Amino acid sequence: MAPEAAPAQPTLERAHVLHLLRQMMRIRRFEEKCAELYTASKIRGFLHLYIGEEAVAVGAIQALTSDDAIVATYREHGHALVRGIPASAIMAEMYGKQEGCSRGRGGSMHIFDAATRFYGGNAIVGGGLPIAVGLALADKLQGRSRVNACFFGEGAVAEGEFHECVNLAALWKLPVLFCCENNLYAMGTALKRSESETDLCLKAGSYEIAAWPVDGMDVLACEEAAHRAALEVRAGGGPCFLEFRTYRFRAHSMYDPQLYRDKREVEEWKLRDPIALFQTRLRERSLINDDDVKQIEDEVAAEIAHAIEFAEAGTLEPAGELTKFVYSERPRS
Amino acid sequence: MTTSGQTVRITYREAIRQAIREALQRDPRVFVMGEDVGRYGGCYAVTKGLLEEFGPERIRDTPLSESAFVGAGIGAALGGMRPIVEIMTVNFSLLALDQIVNNAATILHMSGGQFNIPIVIRLTTGAGRQLAAQHSHSLEGWYAHIPGIKVLTPATLEDARGMLWTALEDPDPVLIFEHGTLYNAEGDLAAEAVAVNIGQAAIRRPGSDVSLITYGGTLDKSLQAAEQLAAEKIDAEVVDLRTLRPLDTATILDSVARTHRAVIIDEGWRSGSISAEISARIMEGAFYELDLPVARVCSAEVPMPYAKHMEEAALPQVATIVETVRRMLGGNG
Ligand SMILES: Cc1ncc(C[n+]2csc(CCOP(=O)(O)OP(=O)(O)O)c2C)c(N)n1
Repeated sequence: MAPEAAPAQPTLERAHVLHLLRQMMRIRRFEEKCAELYTASKIRGFLHLYIGEEAVAVGAIQALTSDDAIVATYREHGHALVRGIPASAIMAEMYGKQEGCSRGRGGSMHIFDAATRFYGGNAIVGGGLPIAVGLALADKLQGRSRVNACFFGEGAVAEGEFHECVNLAALWKLPVLFCCENNLYAMGTALKRSESETDLCLKAGSYEIAAWPVDGMDVLACEEAAHRAALEVRAGGGPCFLEFRTYRFRAHSMYDPQLYRDKREVEEWKLRDPIALFQTRLRERSLINDDDVKQIEDEVAAEIAHAIEFAEAGTLEPAGELTKFVYSERPRS
Repeated sequence: MTTSGQTVRITYREAIRQAIREALQRDPRVFVMGEDVGRYGGCYAVTKGLLEEFGPERIRDTPLSESAFVGAGIGAALGGMRPIVEIMTVNFSLLALDQIVNNAATILHMSGGQFNIPIVIRLTTGAGRQLAAQHSHSLEGWYAHIPGIKVLTPATLEDARGMLWTALEDPDPVLIFEHGTLYNAEGDLAAEAVAVNIGQAAIRRPGSDVSLITYGGTLDKSLQAAEQLAAEKIDAEVVDLRTLRPLDTATILDSVARTHRAVIIDEGWRSGSISAEISARIMEGAFYELDLPVARVCSAEVPMPYAKHMEEAALPQVATIVETVRRMLGGNG
């Protein structure tokens, strides 16, 4: 398989910035709707929202080609949407319908999509990292120059698996792009209460890999950093580690009373809302105007309305198929 | 069972919290350690308020590092403390499996009886909340495979309140599995706390036609099934195992000797399970008492699906228990 050319360097071309803005707004509006649908009991299980962190997925995924792979966590609606999994398939998944991207077997935390090389939605903290290392190993063994992007929260950095994985990837020079989404809290545990050394790049860097922090509220900075890192990874230089400094505006999940953080802190971070920030910046440079924003809002609203319609109209997998997918179905030889 | 004094209205969650509070008050060696047990208030709010009451030395928030803090609990127990380690859910205990199975369960034996490990590990277990495959395991039966640890499954308020102290007094490692659907269960409990034994099964409903043998999250379903069967003039006895290791074989065999029929209800999978173990013990000890082969109602052998109707189809339900008993007694009942 001939690898696609690496995506072009980030630019401030109008079409491109509108694309970035649209992607962030898609995530925001989609998830706001998810929260409503959760309250209405249409979506069940655990629901973790990415609101506030949109710039990270949008920026980082610009650096990937369709050949590259993504491994994500339970907070992965944004990554899935940006990656190109249809909103309707994601919504149907959360409705538990068989038209969902994982046939309703996975739900919000387990979005999978082979077509876009989206290897889940992993609900065990740190659980996706070894998988990314393995995907990278397979690429290396088969002589492919692909990037394996692995997203995880800063909470995962405390797990042994993180250290084992970064070490292994570094030792074997594997093409993994470690994307740490540092939103400062792992559920109720603040970074400073869980790490003796809170400089995560220093930690990752101790495994002899390139590691640097990125303003995770600035979509262009995220994009630029990811491009630079992906270039190195793709060239066979081994893994890179990016620490995206961001913040989750909402609760950890729908059950979290947020006793562990000050409302003022949340409000302060909201002043750095990645979408508002980007819009202001683009307006200042006269790259976009009110009509552009309005148009995006309308398009996004239509996309989400369609996704909900699709999910509502979706069908339930017959219960008789319950034990399917425990083992692979093979043709009889 | 004393019902002399006053009773209080209480939930399963509060009963455990009271037990923990009392242990902290009674024994300065007791401390609580786990992810988000303090500032967050416990992922299932069991430890809510304890940080304020007992301070951060005794209510210790840990980083996401199950292997390290469970192992540290084992070490602290060796060092003379009485740790209550909370692992958010049994699903994450898999990251600490090495410490539990290779250290906690073996050190007494490997040291020729020199070093015992008085640790208590609390974990949430079970499915039923649409949390999908990685958050719905029922692995308590699996832990019961391991010599050297004890496995408790409190299903009632009395046991939620009373088992912890007994477990803390035990010189060896005790795992307490709390079914996630039980936390909000509410009822009346004697205001005066009573410690309970941890080695004996209990007859929760006497009966003469069939023994429904169960524990934990399926006790209530079995009791409901017994009620429905009573309407059909089938008198079911319900045995609550309470402890999966050591297993109270005598109570099981006595019950079967009275009813001559046994159905085992277990949320765990059937293959290589605690239900298989119980069935084997009945064969070994009460074969000639049986009128019919032992029957089992277990979870379907599939990772837990997200969609509600599929999860329901996968789990033991009141209807399936009733149906199984009816079929059993159909010929000669
Ligand atoms: C091994 C493991 N332990 C505990 C949990 C429960 N849990 C789910 S998310 C979470 C916090 C993770 O924080 P972080 O990695 O920073 O990611 P974020 O949720 O902030 O995106 C915890 C403790 C889990 N899913 N897996």
